[in-house]
Amino acid sequence: MARAALPGRLTWQLATVVEVAAETAQTSSLVLDAPKWGGHHAGQHVDVRLTAEDGYEAQRSYSIASAPEDRQLVLTVERLEDGEVSPYLVGELRAGDELELRGPIGGYFIWRQADGGPVQMIAGGSGIVPFRSMLRHRAAVGSSAAVRLLCSARSLEDVIYREELEPLAAGDEAFDLRFTLTREWPEGWTGHRGRIDQALLEQVAFKPADQPLTYICGPSGFVEAAAGWLVAGGHDPRHIRTERFGPSGA
Amino acid sequence: MSPISRGFSGRRRAEVDPSRVPPGQYVTRDFPVLSAGPTPHTQLDAWSFTIQGAVAEPVSWPWKEFLELPSETFTTDIHCVTKWSKLDTSWKGVSVDTLLTGVDTSVGYVTAFSDGGYTTNLALEDVTGGKAWVAYEFAGERLEPEHGGPARLLVPHLYFWKSAKWVRGLTLTPDDEPGFWEGYGYHNHGDPWREQRYQGD
Repeated sequence: MARAALPGRLTWQLATVVEVAAETAQTSSLVLDAPKWGGHHAGQHVDVRLTAEDGYEAQRSYSIASAPEDRQLVLTVERLEDGEVSPYLVGELRAGDELELRGPIGGYFIWRQADGGPVQMIAGGSGIVPFRSMLRHRAAVGSSAAVRLLCSARSLEDVIYREELEPLAAGDEAFDLRFTLTREWPEGWTGHRGRIDQALLEQVAFKPADQPLTYICGPSGFVEAAAGWLVAGGHDPRHIRTERFGPSGA
Repeated sequence: MSPISRGFSGRRRAEVDPSRVPPGQYVTRDFPVLSAGPTPHTQLDAWSFTIQGAVAEPVSWPWKEFLELPSETFTTDIHCVTKWSKLDTSWKGVSVDTLLTGVDTSVGYVTAFSDGGYTTNLALEDVTGGKAWVAYEFAGERLEPEHGGPARLLVPHLYFWKSAKWVRGLTLTPDDEPGFWEGYGYHNHGDPWREQRYQGD
């Protein structure tokens, strides 16, 4: 599973759903047994294809949440209320179902051990998914690259993978994990409040002089703003990689 | 044959003419934004559009002169490889035919290049004959930076990554040289009607 993604034809393959695990109220992880999966880089995505009884097909792209080293392929999907595909994946799909997919897709928004650090990750909502793959990969290969993940979510309950990432960060001085909550705060919350802005980035992100490799993933407006503030703050735009999902990424 | 997805019926849009939607696409009314990096904000007085490479004489237009070139206003459908299609989008811009008028070249390919370093490759025949424009207005308004302003290439018969945002020129080349996404496994040609999304499609 750890071998690099090979170029060549991306054929559709069948995966079997092992589990649909709720992560938050709006997101679930699809744990897949994909016997023909050829491996991937952390940060890549897959195309999923659904077929109705009358032959109608719908395709969408989803980020891979699992590390290249993981035994099973995991996609974490956010349910979009007006979506066509995500409500099916989160609400209808269940263990034993088959799911058609192809990939891996995208070779730019990836992190490999050789890319080193420091690495600045900035996530809006379910934009944290590819970072979970990168962080699991980083841990699996024993990389000591300095990494900071700044994650924006509506509430603590809406943070995906919190229970996995917090212990990972607690045991690793080179991994700085921060949440900023935009709508609701638990009693006694001492973390950051409100949307990511220039002041917060200047406070917690690597400085331009650190020459970080920066990855930003989230809703389009979130990514536009965060990337804009970093560039305005003196970061080299050539070292900022973005992945956006729009209101219609249903 | 794809297996049936148990319990999936889909949500076909009754008002959409299916003959206008390429395979694997869905129609959206939004205008999603996709980009590999930050949005460049080039000042108009520092902007120019250049035809260069395998040409007898490179040619370049500063912004003001570019706006004085004969323009066309047109309505077309656009198709993004990330699966969304948007119908009846209206644009204003300069036809690539107009830009290549008087350009002396014997080669068959172009690489569009953009602020921010993005590139994409196209056959000359895919950007000539009324098939491609450098657009600077969308829906009657100045093209927003997020959508590629001040000007983007528009090649609506190919997937939208070929319609380079923040385009600053075309380099004519004797060989077909993969651009940014083409180098990361996306299809070299990108015809949505043949679903040429990725290498080998």
